[in-house]
Amino acid sequence: MSGETVTITLEPIDTNKESKAITAAGGNVGALVSFSGICRADEKGEEISALFLEHYPGMAEQEISAHVEEAKRRWPLLSARVVHRVGRIEPGETIVFVATASAHREAAFQAAEFIMDYLKSSAPFWKRTEGGKREAWVEANEKDERALDRWK
Amino acid sequence: MKIVYFAWLRERLNKTEEDIEIPASVQTIGELMQWLKSRGEEYEYAFDNPKVIRAAIDKTHVQPGAKIAGANEIAFFPPMTGG
Repeated sequence: MSGETVTITLEPIDTNKESKAITAAGGNVGALVSFSGICRADEKGEEISALFLEHYPGMAEQEISAHVEEAKRRWPLLSARVVHRVGRIEPGETIVFVATASAHREAAFQAAEFIMDYLKSSAPFWKRTEGGKREAWVEANEKDERALDRWK
Repeated sequence: MKIVYFAWLRERLNKTEEDIEIPASVQTIGELMQWLKSRGEEYEYAFDNPKVIRAAIDKTHVQPGAKIAGANEIAFFPPMTGG
C-alpha cells in the first residue's frame, strides 16, 4: 500500500479524491466501502452554527492506526484510509472519512464499520458545539460504547 | 511529571498542561485524580466526578488502577466524541 493510512487535518476533506486514491493504491480491488461522517445542523434538537473538534495529537493517530492494523488482521483488506478533520467544521462538511478496499464486499463493509466503531469510542477527539443557546461539549453516547460488543 | 488536559477538563482548569511534583504516596491514576482534586477550587471542579474522566499514560488508554511510576506524560480527558 502506498501513502499514509491515517491523516488528521484542519483542511476540508476531499472525499472523491480520497476514494480514487484508495482504489488506485494497488491490488485487485473489487469492493470499495467509504463512510463519511457529516456535521449536522443541530445537536440534540438545538440548531448549531458549527462544531469545533479538539484532539490529542500523537495519541489520536496512534489509536486509529492500531485499529486499522487490527482490521487488516481480521479481514483481507487491500488498503484502508482514515481522514479525520479537527478545528471548526460547519454543517454539511465532512468530519471523518473512512475507506476500505478488498477483493470482495464483505471484508470492506465489516472492516469499515469496525474502524468507525473503535474510532468513536477510543480515538481522543472531543466535539464542542458553536452557536447554540450556549457553547457546549458534546456528551459521549452510550450506544457508541455498546457498539464495540459485537466485535469482541 | 507532565500532565495534559483536554476538552472541559482543560477549560475548567484553565490550562492545557503542567509539570508537577507528585508525592511518592500517589501511585495510581485513581490516586492521582484524588490528589489533584485536593489542589484547589478549579481542580475540585474539574475532578468532581472522577468516574467519568478517562486517562492515558504515554498516549495509551489506562484504567484508574494503572501505576503511574515511570510515566513521561499523563493525560486526563472526558469520554471521547470523535467521528
